[in-house]
Amino acid sequence: MSSWRNPLRDERDKRLPRIAGPCGLVIFGVTGDLSRKKLMPAIYDLANRGLLPPGFALTGFARRDWANEDFGEVVHQAVKDHARTPYRPEVWNQLSEGIRFVQGTFDDDNAFDNLAKTVRELDEQRGTGGNHAFYLSIPPSAFPVVTKQLARAGLAEQDAEQWRRVVIEKPFGHDLKSAKELNNVVNDVFPEDSVFRIDHYLGKETVQNILALRFANQMFEPIWNANYVDHVQITMAEDIGLGGRAGYYDGIGAARDVIQNHLLQLMALTAMEEPVSFHPRALRAEKIKVLSAARVPTPYDETCARGQYVGGWQGGQKVPGLLEEGGFAKDSKTETYAAITLEINTRRWAGVPFYLRHGKRLGRKVTEIAVVFKRAPHLPFDSTATEELGQNALVIRVQPDEGVTMRFGSKVPGNAMEVRDVTMDFGYGHAFTESSPEAYERLILDVLLGEPSLFPMNEEVELSWEILDPVLYNWAKQGMPESYAPGSWGPPSADQMLTRTGRHWRRP
Amino acid sequence: MIIDLPSTTTAQVNSKLVEVRETGGAVALGRVLTLVIVTDDSAKTEDAIQAANEASREHPCRVIVLARGARKAAARLDAQIRVGGDAGASDVIVLRLYGPLADQAASCVVPLLLPDAPVVAWWPSEAPEVPAEDAIGQLATRRITDSAAEKNPIKALEARRKSYVDGDTDLAWTRLTNWRAQLASALDLPPYEKVTQAAVVGEADSPSSELLAGWFASRLNVPVSRAKATTGEGIVQVTLTRRSGAVDLLRPDGKTGTLTQPGQPDRRIALQRRSVKDCLAEELRRLDPDEIYEAALKAVPKVAKGRPGGAPAAKPAAKPAAKPAAKAKVPEAKEAAPAAEAKPKRAAAKKAPAKADS
Repeated sequence: MSSWRNPLRDERDKRLPRIAGPCGLVIFGVTGDLSRKKLMPAIYDLANRGLLPPGFALTGFARRDWANEDFGEVVHQAVKDHARTPYRPEVWNQLSEGIRFVQGTFDDDNAFDNLAKTVRELDEQRGTGGNHAFYLSIPPSAFPVVTKQLARAGLAEQDAEQWRRVVIEKPFGHDLKSAKELNNVVNDVFPEDSVFRIDHYLGKETVQNILALRFANQMFEPIWNANYVDHVQITMAEDIGLGGRAGYYDGIGAARDVIQNHLLQLMALTAMEEPVSFHPRALRAEKIKVLSAARVPTPYDETCARGQYVGGWQGGQKVPGLLEEGGFAKDSKTETYAAITLEINTRRWAGVPFYLRHGKRLGRKVTEIAVVFKRAPHLPFDSTATEELGQNALVIRVQPDEGVTMRFGSKVPGNAMEVRDVTMDFGYGHAFTESSPEAYERLILDVLLGEPSLFPMNEEVELSWEILDPVLYNWAKQGMPESYAPGSWGPPSADQMLTRTGRHWRRP
Repeated sequence: MIIDLPSTTTAQVNSKLVEVRETGGAVALGRVLTLVIVTDDSAKTEDAIQAANEASREHPCRVIVLARGARKAAARLDAQIRVGGDAGASDVIVLRLYGPLADQAASCVVPLLLPDAPVVAWWPSEAPEVPAEDAIGQLATRRITDSAAEKNPIKALEARRKSYVDGDTDLAWTRLTNWRAQLASALDLPPYEKVTQAAVVGEADSPSSELLAGWFASRLNVPVSRAKATTGEGIVQVTLTRRSGAVDLLRPDGKTGTLTQPGQPDRRIALQRRSVKDCLAEELRRLDPDEIYEAALKAVPKVAKGRPGGAPAAKPAAKPAAKPAAKAKVPEAKEAAPAAEAKPKRAAAKKAPAKADS
């Protein structure tokens, strides 16, 4: 039926939103934080914006002994507490009719048979048409058993008329080997084009705006290369600690938790060549190219740094160090700060280091990409006139306070010729974010529409591990990470990492 | 912060704006457009400003409100500048124009437009006969009218059709987006059959119903009928007839719609009427000519005015029998009369143009 052209659609009709076709979503691990704070509200917000198909079904799967109504009440509360858009009873009523709950554990065959039955009933009662997505908001250790159960109960079977998709969250393994195993487990049951790996950073408007900034404008692309760029700093800093997250974080650490996925994806978007089109395949091809060209230069002790925060005062509060946080081993070697240097072996980037850093309990919460340019080759001023002039920089502020900052030299008012750095702010993000959809809204909708551009595929995940594995291996051989004070910008070794090459970290 | 500048000039307003920016710190200059709101000075003015402020959260803009006061008074310009919390993410300049100045509003707007940014004009209630030829309309790249807010909506829509120029748009069209999206997605699914007939039932004075029918007429190339509903608000029912049965979307209460398709369970859809704020935000999202709107608007006369096909409140599946197209006009006018009388304040104005419409 490929000849069918919907007469009501027209590519010039930009107002018409894409509404997902009839489908349902099954969430495993509905009692988790993510599910309550992000997924359920995002689903309601989508419904409120009219982007979910009529008859949409939401099924929860968990161990709790709940009836459909109890689960409905949980979703209701989550929506009321966390939804972005205003609460409307008529939207809720419509959504709540499609809410189901299946009780059981992951190794319980009966529970999955029940789930299969529920899904079939939904197809009949709600007209979900056999299209279902399974959101695994569960630890990766449970993936093998859950995917096997889905296959056993016939829930993973798809054909030309009906799709089945699976959504998984980070961590995608803890090294290359485990990532491959995990991919095998998932790909055993679901073909790669039905697997959607959520990296919520890629759902953010500002991240997608990197592509617009780079490829829709004439003024940036000509200087976006080694001829003009000195180095690039990609920072994701958090001011909070790890209290209460020991179970997940101990033994994982900052590099695996954030650099492997979010920061390497940001790096790929910043450094990749122009895709031939915005088709998902074209976009992924470019990301894969740049990831396969990236590696961490040796010696790792000089090009990477790690740290662990200690107790102290931060922002007017006394905070515990990592080792005092509940749940962490008293001799935990888990790093809470990680910084790496990357070189990208392409003509565009040869000789331009990319510095990636992430840490907890740093000065403030900020994520940004700073492209720092070389100095002008010749300055026709007295040397005293440009003493205070730094390097030009273009900073993409991902969050908070989304926007773009440019830093350049300007004359200081007065009789003498003196040039000093000034910044120019583009603050569209300021206002824009209030109405712009949450990352999860965008990503869930893309899953239901089967639009894979914003999801890293297995090859990207594996390439990222290939980059990071040698560094992790090197760290594993060493003792405790260096300590750093809460509220600072990381351990001294991180600063040395840059000063060695005559550079310094930007204070975000 | 609200600053009043009574009996002033635009030069003074401009220098005050610079002063506010300097004293108030670096107020963002990242505005993407200038929105000019043209109204008569009344209680409704504040509503329009409120809607613009809300929309500015998505589209940071400068809002210039032209509130035209008494024509008989002496010529005077009172200005008011609102920034910060009183203005959303915009800066709002309210210009109250009295006396002969009220008809020379454009001269007050030009000095205040943002450099090199698009200008959007919005008439929240009565719009000029030909928006593109209006003095303010000529400044704007996009002209937003709202025929539903005018005294005689159907007649206003007719005027829009005759005066259409690229860049015109009407909120009656924006209100349709959700309906159109749902119906378009219904046709995305099998069975992939041609629509043989389309019918729209809506309130007698609902310009959105007219436009929806016009949209079908322009896209489907099949007989389209438009009937008047006796109950319900706005659009009440849409039926797209296909060989295997009809796609039917019924919204009797103005809130929740029911979508019926053959071989599928009934589905309920939240389809609440959209607020002006939502519509305005959508309008500001695009500034290029809307060809689809143009085609729908121009196809409105092709629509046959019919009697309600099966009472809309009753079974939705009851598909309207093949309607005699143009001939139904005469009996229909009588049929519609009782419905119109239920709302006496609009009845008189409406009947005449309703006939002229087809």
